[in-house]
Amino acid sequence: MALPPSQDAPSPMDEFSKGLWRENPVFVQVLGMCPALAVSNTAANALAMGLATLFVLTLSNAVISSLRHFIPKQVRIATYILVIATFVTVVDYAIQAVSLDLHKALGAFISLIVVNCLILGRAEAFASKQPIGVAVLDGLGMGTGFTLALFSIGAVREILGNGTLFGIALFHESFQPWIVMILPSGGFFTLAGWLIVFSWLQEWRERRRRENAVQSPVVEVTR
Amino acid sequence: MSAPPQAASQTPAMWPMYRAMVGVGLLCGVLIVGVFLTTRPVIERNRAEALERAIFRVLPEARTRRSFQRSAAGNFEPAAAGGNAGFVVHAGYDEAGALIGFAVEAQGMGYQDLIHVLYGYDFARSAVIGMEVLESRETPGLGDKIETDPAFVANFELLDVALGAGGEVAHPIEAVKPGEKEHPWQVDGISGATISSQAIARILRDSTSQWVPILYRQLDDFREAR
Repeated sequence: MALPPSQDAPSPMDEFSKGLWRENPVFVQVLGMCPALAVSNTAANALAMGLATLFVLTLSNAVISSLRHFIPKQVRIATYILVIATFVTVVDYAIQAVSLDLHKALGAFISLIVVNCLILGRAEAFASKQPIGVAVLDGLGMGTGFTLALFSIGAVREILGNGTLFGIALFHESFQPWIVMILPSGGFFTLAGWLIVFSWLQEWRERRRRENAVQSPVVEVTR
Repeated sequence: MSAPPQAASQTPAMWPMYRAMVGVGLLCGVLIVGVFLTTRPVIERNRAEALERAIFRVLPEARTRRSFQRSAAGNFEPAAAGGNAGFVVHAGYDEAGALIGFAVEAQGMGYQDLIHVLYGYDFARSAVIGMEVLESRETPGLGDKIETDPAFVANFELLDVALGAGGEVAHPIEAVKPGEKEHPWQVDGISGATISSQAIARILRDSTSQWVPILYRQLDDFREAR
């Protein structure tokens, strides 16, 4: 007999939103560092890479979840890679059909989505154990969180490294771009900065939650 | 006494593994072929349109153009639609129909992969007057400066490729360090994209050294066809 769903089971909104903040792939799980550092030298590149990853992650989660009873555990990783590589190829053709200029900008990195450990990680740790609806929500949430994180890094690097955002100049001509920010080392600096900010914000929220929890019993006693 | 072998009872069943791998592989193959066939006409049209735009960018004074293909006999003949075997050159003509130059495709190894370029050659000035990267996988933000760096792109606004007395290129194109350009046939490199910028200079040097003398010798093929 099927068990009734537990009252503690996360809601669909929780499944989606956990990837945005609580389990953000880049700032909390520190996954997918290769594209996060390599493609985030401009905001546009970061955004396009994030959206391509979102597409691949969501569809591969959906397929792997729907085939989870069909794939033996001994060949699961090879099968997941096959599925992920297929959707990456689909994205590659789709981008070429939509815009050759966008494909020119991202060309070298589209193929690298196959080896993004975020996608394989979600397939192995989540999609292969969950029903399709939950797996799709997880893919959408994690993909959106990944896109936002890449955009955060890309925007900072482009603003400081080029003085522009999406190619639009933000500063006076006298602004001297920080070339180091668009070089690979700039990716590490920016990621480190965002990790510090993210950890501090999470700690601050946790402290507030604990303070609220301590104050609540006092209210009960005074009643 | 050693324990009895348990390998036979622990060997995983092979059929479910083959079934999963072959089944998923077939589905993936069908999906890729389907998407490839669906998008191929659109991608080919996009590429043809991009090439057409690029030809008129590297030969800005041309009003019409015609593609030619080199025959086995060594002559240039109008290229058949869809026939791209062998060397193809795009001749540009002004309003009066006079031949003003050529747009030539060339390729060579860059930092990451092959770089595919199109350059415009102007007869009146005996120079390359425009260069466009058609396809490249150079590192975004670094190697892709061969397309975006204004100072580097300016190298190809008037890059001397005049022929000498012997009918060969007098001064082959040469890459130099950034800011060290002294002669009109030299290309200023890019700091941070050294290999990619040198690759562009090398691709143009090889292509112009080979084809410009031949094109000069066979100008009648292009004028008569017009």
